[in-house]
Amino acid sequence: MTPAEKSPPLDFDTFLSGVWRENPVLVMLLGMCPTLAVTNSAINAFAMGAATTFVLVGSGALVSLLRRLVPGTVRIATYIVIIASFVTVVDYLIQAVSLALYAALGAFIQLIVVNCIILGRAEAYASKRPLGHAIVNAAGVGTGFTLGLLLLGSVREILGAGTLFGLPLFGEQFQPWVVMLLPPGGFFVLGMWLLVFSWLRERRGRPHAEARHIHGH
Amino acid sequence: MSAILPGAAPPVSARRMIAVLGIVAFVAGVLVVTAYEFSLPQIEANRRIALTQAVNAIYPTARTRRTYVLAAEGLAASSETLPAGQVAYAVFDENSNFLGIAAEAAARGYQDIIRVLYAYSPGCQCITALHVLRNNDTPGIGNKISKDREFRENFRALDVRLTPDGSALAHPIVTVKHGTKTEAWQIDAISGATITSKAVGRALNESAQTLVPRVTADLKRVSQAGVAP
Repeated sequence: MTPAEKSPPLDFDTFLSGVWRENPVLVMLLGMCPTLAVTNSAINAFAMGAATTFVLVGSGALVSLLRRLVPGTVRIATYIVIIASFVTVVDYLIQAVSLALYAALGAFIQLIVVNCIILGRAEAYASKRPLGHAIVNAAGVGTGFTLGLLLLGSVREILGAGTLFGLPLFGEQFQPWVVMLLPPGGFFVLGMWLLVFSWLRERRGRPHAEARHIHGH
Repeated sequence: MSAILPGAAPPVSARRMIAVLGIVAFVAGVLVVTAYEFSLPQIEANRRIALTQAVNAIYPTARTRRTYVLAAEGLAASSETLPAGQVAYAVFDENSNFLGIAAEAAARGYQDIIRVLYAYSPGCQCITALHVLRNNDTPGIGNKISKDREFRENFRALDVRLTPDGSALAHPIVTVKHGTKTEAWQIDAISGATITSKAVGRALNESAQTLVPRVTADLKRVSQAGVAP
């Protein structure tokens, strides 16, 4: 149960893996509930991403600090208490920043508690790595999550409201594509982005595969 | 445990588990209370600003207001900005002239509770403006109540006259199907957004049924108290 403390050196890849190779939205398909629910505008997507990043980094740091102290039998209870505390903190902070934003995000702020990205990071990474690694990796995953949400939020806002971050992009004659702001729009845009990213990954992987193929001969 | 699950963690004493959970709970408590104490003044300031903006949306010349809570025995002045219970704000302009009453109303819409702030003018015994505070109904359909020009026309002079004994509205506010409004106390629904339109009607009726009789009974006191907190 006690994991080996040997971990790869802290480098840029610790951060970048969460952004690209293990992107929670586009690769791991985790945290789909906020991903589909609050990405009806870019600003909501950004705020949700920032709030989740805060909770990820905070809980990751605390879980990493307490990793030698917490017995395996009560680890899940401990992680949930830690995560719930940071969610409560971010809940107050968002109310202090903007009540309109708080109203727009609604119950999804409190629901960060049950976001599997955060418990997943605590269990699979932060509880086995030193503080620096845990913070950098959590920041990377948070950035990846925020970018994923922003990709969805921007497209949905542009098509569904004709604006980006509230700024009008088209003229008065623009007819908003309202379905993009509704739940089906979330699925459409997510599907489209997943298609784009798998195509990109496949294209990046192809030269290697072809090279291996040639070597094989 | 280890006997049942080969390779599981060695048994940990109950005392240690309780101690660890206690420490974690203590750290969590300190964190949450600190964040609460730190953010509370700013959250309350935000609420005051939001309320002022909403009041200004229905009374553009408003400068000051006085808060009243609708109690069983009438209107009770309150020094809090957002007291509990049904609240009415007496609104005054910069020369301390009484403009009217602003009050909140709420009812269940299509997706969630819809909250509105409305302007009640005792002079004409009518509702003269409406501002939507919270509405999560379908974008492009239910959220039209904030902007639809035809719908907003309903609230230029929505009749809320009282019965001769002053105990209730003479005609309850009702939302009618689009294009069938014939009376001044009816709200012409938005075509396609009937549920949301009806929620607005229900919210206003419920709030006005208790607010208007009490404001009318206490009008002299409320309209003269031109010094706002």
